[in-house]
Amino acid sequence: MDGFGVTSAFWGLSALAVGSAVGIIVARNLLHAVLWLILTFIALGGLFITLSADFVAVAQVLVYAGAVGVLVIFAVMLTPNSATGNSETRFFGPGFIVASILSAIMVYVAAATEWQATAPPGFKTTAALIGDALVNQYVLPFEVASVLLIAAMIGALVLVRSDD
Amino acid sequence: MTALAWYDIRTLANPVAKLLEILRDNFPDWVAYVVSGAIGAAAIGAFLGIAMLSLIWIERKVIGRIQLRYGPNRCGPFGLAQPLADALKLMQKEALTPLVGDKLVFWIAPILIFIPAVLTYGVIPFGERMAVANLNVGLLFIVAIGGTTPLIVFMAGWSSNNKYSLLGAMRTIAMVISYEIPAVVALLSVVVLTSTMDLSGIVEFQRNYNVWNIFLLPLPFVIFLIASLAEVGRTPADIAEAESEIVAGYHTEYSGMKFGLFYAVEMASALALGGIMATLFFGGWWTFGLQLLIPGWLIFLIKMYACYGLFIWARGTLPRLRIDQLLSFSWKFLLPLGLINVVLVAFEVALWAELDAPGIILAPFALINWAMAAALVVGYVRLLNISEAQTPRLAVLTNTVGVINRIPAAEHSNYAVAGD
Repeated sequence: MDGFGVTSAFWGLSALAVGSAVGIIVARNLLHAVLWLILTFIALGGLFITLSADFVAVAQVLVYAGAVGVLVIFAVMLTPNSATGNSETRFFGPGFIVASILSAIMVYVAAATEWQATAPPGFKTTAALIGDALVNQYVLPFEVASVLLIAAMIGALVLVRSDD
Repeated sequence: MTALAWYDIRTLANPVAKLLEILRDNFPDWVAYVVSGAIGAAAIGAFLGIAMLSLIWIERKVIGRIQLRYGPNRCGPFGLAQPLADALKLMQKEALTPLVGDKLVFWIAPILIFIPAVLTYGVIPFGERMAVANLNVGLLFIVAIGGTTPLIVFMAGWSSNNKYSLLGAMRTIAMVISYEIPAVVALLSVVVLTSTMDLSGIVEFQRNYNVWNIFLLPLPFVIFLIASLAEVGRTPADIAEAESEIVAGYHTEYSGMKFGLFYAVEMASALALGGIMATLFFGGWWTFGLQLLIPGWLIFLIKMYACYGLFIWARGTLPRLRIDQLLSFSWKFLLPLGLINVVLVAFEVALWAELDAPGIILAPFALINWAMAAALVVGYVRLLNISEAQTPRLAVLTNTVGVINRIPAAEHSNYAVAGD
């Protein structure tokens, strides 16, 4: 965290992320909530840039804001009356308690951990390093994930296939 | 290049670099960042304004000529003032908002849709050292930014509270997510060959080996061209706003300048894709030494407009496809071919690294790639068994009513018309 630019970007993006995260919860219209969610994803992508993680930032926008956003929209569109018919729920109390406990734990962990602050030497590019690590050091997890995804894809194809 | 004087216009980067140098010496760091950002934004904004005006005129004129018309010729000499007249007309019109729609989302969608289009211009290198942001993940950035467009289109279609708008928006999403995959696979071939995602780096590769990528990668170029036609929703693939089916698609309810914004964004993103094509496949600002005589940015603009000309050409000559034809073409044809091509290019690059060969090895690779491209396209069409009956030379209706009975009776059911 150094310099006026990075600091202001951090605070601006954090405010955007937290504000739109609040928007997700407050919005009664489910599609508005999805739009807030996508804004949160984009703000988090910006935060990754302030951490010099350029590849992760772009992948965040690509995967979350693009692909997951579209997926969620499709899911919402397939649910009848989902956009408007959201009334009060009796799970408000328990949900509030669970959320409070969870956030209390996270805040405690964040405050209790001794973070090692290291100043990175300038803006290093990470895409080549990540690619290198994926096909050398972590090739087995990478291949397992690929096989898993292909299995899921074939499964989805089999499920929706018609019999003709 | 740094030896050039700041007023040398062969690369417009020099005056800016000089200015930033002065700022860095005399002010805190952030001033230079803010000023360079502002200069970049102003440059893109000015460029887009001029490009829009010129493109509207060029497009209408060329389409007119293709259709044996004159095109606009009333406003100003050669109809040059037609775009201005169009813009003035749109601004005067009332921008209606549907009473039952979602007003905020409806109002914000035409503004938001400009963001992806403008951001794409930020990473395109218009010349040596003339990219606003020289990202080392530039290509991925373009793909990521392009992936957010369907969301905004969906916002427009859904908030209109109109069935045609929603249908158009859903069609756009289906089409864009289908065609993004072949486009990314085609770009992957380029990235594997040049081993960089930096757009300036890709131009640098082409300069180092004295070759345009299109000579090495013909199939990815064709796939990317078709996929980008679909992604910007231009005519062979404009099912999202098919006038004959769903009025005007997602912008049915938009009027006045709000509609104008959608129209302009379609052009801006098509031109951006033209710029990406020029960078990836036609050497960007570098042209076999010609850039020493003519400013590189001028060469780049010519290439960019020429690639855009391909879009106009396609629009003038091809009829609109049906949505199922369009989607199955992406999944069944472009994607397998693109994947095979990536594997081929990966083998070549591995071989190149293994042999530690000089750049001349690209020549046999180019030959292999061209042969493979031809073999793949022809072989795959044969494999899919696309017969003449499915691509009739005569109009289907003629066949169906039996004036010329070229199709066996058993296949008539394929072409069932209403009332059958």
